[in-house]
Amino acid sequence: MTLDPWVLAAIVAMAAATFVTRAGGYLLFRAFSPPPLVRAMLGYIPGTLFVSYVAPALATGGVQQWVGALATAAVMLATRNLALAILGGTAAAGVVWAAG
Amino acid sequence: MSQNRPRFSRAAILEGARRSLPVQVAVVPFGLVCGVAAQAQGLSLAEATLMSGLVYAGSAQLLALSHWSSPAPVLAAALASFVVNLRLALMGPVLGPWLDRLRGWRLWISLFVMADQNWAMSVTQMQAGRWDAGFLFGSGALMWVVWVASTAAGHALGVTMRPPAGHPLFFAALAIFVAILVVMWRGQRDIVPWVVAAAISMLFAWLLPATSWYIVLGALAGSGAGVWRDRRRRVAA
Repeated sequence: MTLDPWVLAAIVAMAAATFVTRAGGYLLFRAFSPPPLVRAMLGYIPGTLFVSYVAPALATGGVQQWVGALATAAVMLATRNLALAILGGTAAAGVVWAAG
Repeated sequence: MSQNRPRFSRAAILEGARRSLPVQVAVVPFGLVCGVAAQAQGLSLAEATLMSGLVYAGSAQLLALSHWSSPAPVLAAALASFVVNLRLALMGPVLGPWLDRLRGWRLWISLFVMADQNWAMSVTQMQAGRWDAGFLFGSGALMWVVWVASTAAGHALGVTMRPPAGHPLFFAALAIFVAILVVMWRGQRDIVPWVVAAAISMLFAWLLPATSWYIVLGALAGSGAGVWRDRRRRVAA
C-alpha cells in the first residue's frame, strides 16, 4: 500500500487532463453558444464518432473482427437487444478465434 | 413543459445502471489488462486503484502505462491522457439538452462518469425523447465501480489472469459500438457523413496511431460533410 509522490503527481495530472476534456467541451459550448453551423454538426457527431472508432479497427483487424462485427450487426438488427448483440458477436468472434 | 420533467431522478439512475449491464461485461477484460499493466510497471495496488478511480479512462491509462518510467512521467502521462481523451470534448456538447438542466454536483459528477459506452447509450435515450440525465449518471457510476474493481483485481491476480491478446473477450468492446451504430443509423442522410468519417478516420489512424486524433478528425469531417450537404440541398431547393 505505498504511494510514490511522483506516481501520485502523474495520476493527479492525468486525472486533471482527462476531466478537462470531459467538462471542457461542454462548458465551452455552453459559454460561447456557437453558430448554427457548428450546432448542426452536433446532430451528426454521435454516428460519425463511432464510425471513426469502428472503421479503423475493422480495417486493421482480421477475419475474427469482420465476422464478429457482421454477427453483432445482424443480431442487433433482428432483436434490437444490446446484450444479445454483444453476446452473439463475441461468440461468433470466439468461434473464429478457436478455429484459427 | 420540459421544466417539469425529472432531471436527475432515482428511477432513471437505476434504469441507467440496469440497462448498462451488458456493457459492463466488456469493461472487465480491459480493467484486468489495465491492472496487469500497472503491476508490470511497478505501481502498487493502491496506486493502480487510485489511477483507475481518478482518471477513469481505459485507453488513456493503457497508453500512459505503456510509456511509464521512474520517476513517473508526470507531463507525458498528462499529455497522453489529454490527446487520447479529446473525443470526450466532442461528446459533452451532444448531451447538452440533458446537462443544461443540471446544476452543481449533479452536473460535475455526471460529466466525470461520462465515458464512450454510457454516453452512446444516453444519446440513443435522448434521441428517443427521454429527458432525465440520471440515466447518464447511473450507467456511468456502475461502470466506474466495475472499472475500478476489475483494475484492482487485475493487479492483485497478476499475470496469471491476463487474457491473451486477440482473445475474443476484447472483441466485446468493439461489438458495443457496432451494435450502437445499428441503433444510430437514421437512413439515407447518414450515408455521406458516415462514409467521410470512415475514410478520414482510417487515414489518420494510419498517420497518427496511439492518439484519438483519428476519432476526433473523422467525426468532425463526417459531421462537416453532412452539414455541408444539407446546406447545399437547402440552397438548391
